[in-house]
Amino acid sequence: MIEVRELTKSYGPTVAVNRVSFDAHAGEVLGFLGPNGAGKTTTMRILTCYLSADAGSATVAGYDVFEESIEVRKQIGYLPESAPLYTDMGVLEYLNFMTQVRQLPKSQRKERIRSVIDTCGLEGVIQKDIGELSKGYRQRLGLAQSLIHDPPILILDEPTSGLDPNQIIEIRNLIRDIGQEKLVLFSTHILSEVSATCSRVLIINNGEIVANGTPAELASQAKGEEIVHIAIRGPQAAVEAELNELAFVSQWTSVETTNGILAYQISATQESNAAEELFHVVVQNGWSLTELRQESADLEDVFLNLTDKEQTQVQKQQSAEQADDNNDDA
Amino acid sequence: MTNIAAIFKKEFRSYFNSPIAYIFITFFLGLSSWLFFRGFFFGNQAEMRLFFVYMPWIFLFFVPAVTMKLWAEEKKIGTIEILMTLPIRDYEVVLGKFFASFALLIVTVLLSLVIPFSVMYVGDPDGGIIITGYIGLLLMGAAYLAIGLCASTLTENQIIAFILGIFTCFVLLIIGEDIVLFNAPDWLFPIFRYLGLGAHYSSILRGVLDSRDIIYYLSVIGFFLYLSTLAVESRKWR
Repeated sequence: MIEVRELTKSYGPTVAVNRVSFDAHAGEVLGFLGPNGAGKTTTMRILTCYLSADAGSATVAGYDVFEESIEVRKQIGYLPESAPLYTDMGVLEYLNFMTQVRQLPKSQRKERIRSVIDTCGLEGVIQKDIGELSKGYRQRLGLAQSLIHDPPILILDEPTSGLDPNQIIEIRNLIRDIGQEKLVLFSTHILSEVSATCSRVLIINNGEIVANGTPAELASQAKGEEIVHIAIRGPQAAVEAELNELAFVSQWTSVETTNGILAYQISATQESNAAEELFHVVVQNGWSLTELRQESADLEDVFLNLTDKEQTQVQKQQSAEQADDNNDDA
Repeated sequence: MTNIAAIFKKEFRSYFNSPIAYIFITFFLGLSSWLFFRGFFFGNQAEMRLFFVYMPWIFLFFVPAVTMKLWAEEKKIGTIEILMTLPIRDYEVVLGKFFASFALLIVTVLLSLVIPFSVMYVGDPDGGIIITGYIGLLLMGAAYLAIGLCASTLTENQIIAFILGIFTCFVLLIIGEDIVLFNAPDWLFPIFRYLGLGAHYSSILRGVLDSRDIIYYLSVIGFFLYLSTLAVESRKWR
C-alpha cells in the first residue's frame, strides 16, 4: 500500500532522510525505530503530504504523494507528534469539525463519532474543552481524529509518548487490533514497544534505513554470543577447572562469591545450548545449582549495534579532524 | 466549497469561543463612538464624515489583531500539521480563514450602526453617503484583513504577525497621503497614488462608488490572499 523509493530530504546542509526505500502492505504494523532526530518524523511528514521530498518517489495506495496529494490524504489518518489539537474547541465540536473536513456524508457523521469515542475511550470527556484534557486524553483524541474517516492507512508519530503505563498498553492493543486489516505505520524510540506491537521493524539512523525485518529476524541477526549467568554451590577450584575445560565456553568471569555460592558470567559460542550443557555438567559433578539464566540477544542489541556503530564512526572522524587541526596549529 | 464552509465555521466559532471577539467588538465600538461623538456635538452637523475619517487609523490597530492568530497559532501549537494533511487544498483553508475574519468584521461594523441611527435621531444626515461609507469601510477592512492574514502566514509568533500586519497596512495607507505624494519622485507619484489604501477610501467617502475603487480593493485582497496561499504552500517547495 505504501511504496517508498530513494526518498531524500534535506534541511539546508543537514540530510534528514537519505535515500530511504521500503514497502508496506495492509495487515502490517510497521514500526519506525530510531534515535531522536533520525528522520522518522520527516519521512512521515512526506508520506502524509505535509512536506515534499527533494528527490525520490513515494506512492500511497497507488497515488503519488506529490502529484495526487489530495487522494493520498484521503487514504491516511495521521497523528502528528505530541497530538496538536485546538485547545479552544470542545471534544465533540472538534470531532464534528473533523467529520466535516474529512467530507464524511452527513448520515454517517454521528455514527463515526460514536465509534471513535468508543474505540479511544473518550466517553468520560466528551463534554470538556480540549484545553482541559490531560496529556493522555489529548493523545487519545488525536488518535480518534486520525480514525474518524476509517482510513486504510494510519500513520502515528510517537503515539505513546507522554502516556502512563496503562494507557500505553491500551494504545498498543488498539494499534495491534487496527493492524489486523489496515496498515499502521508508527514511530517510536522505545524498543519494547516495537517488539510488543510490530509485525515488522524499520530501524532508521541518520536518515538511512539500517535494518528491515520482523523483530525476531532482527534479533537473530544480532546473536553472536550467548551470555549465561550461573550460580553454583561447589568447590571453587574444581568448578573453575571444569569451566576452563568446556569447549563451548569462550570466556568466563567470576561475578561474586558469597556463602560458598559462586556466581559466574559465561560467554558461550552461538547455538551451543550453553545453559542446558552447563546444567548437565553441574549435575554430573554433584554440585548444586542456585541460578541459571540465559540472556538472549534482543532488539536492543540490534538497535545499539546499528545506531552506535555509525555514531562512533562519526565521532572517530571528528576526533581525527580535530587531531589534524591540532597538528596544523602546531 | 463545503471545505471552505467547514473551515469558516470552525474559525468563526473559535473567535467567539475565546475572548477575542468580545474584546475586539467592545473596544472597537467604544473607541470609535468616543472619537466620533467627542467632536460631533461641536460640529453641529448631522453627518458621519468624522466617523469614517478616523476609521483607517482605528482599523490599522484592530484588524491585524483579528488576523494575527489565524496561521501563527496553528504553526505554534502544531495543529497546522493535521490541518494541512487533510484532503483540503491550501487555498480553501486560506479562504475559509479569511471569510471567518471578514464575518467578525461585518458583525462589528453592523453593531456600529448604532452611531448612524443616533445621528438620524438628532438630525437628517445624507443616507446615501453613509451607505457608501459603510461599503468603503468593509472593503478597506477586508483589504487590511488580507494583509494581516498574509503576515500571519509568515511567522509562528502572533506578536510579530500583529506588528508586521500593522506595518504593511500603514505603509500602504500612507503612500496615498498628500504629504508622501508631494515628496515622492515624479515617476512614483501615479503609482503611489493608485496603490494608496486611503485614497480610494476617501473617494468612496465622497459618496461615489466607482468600479475602479472596488476593483482596486478586490485586487489588493486577491493579491494578499494569493501571497498567503503561496506562503502556506512554501513548506512543500523543493
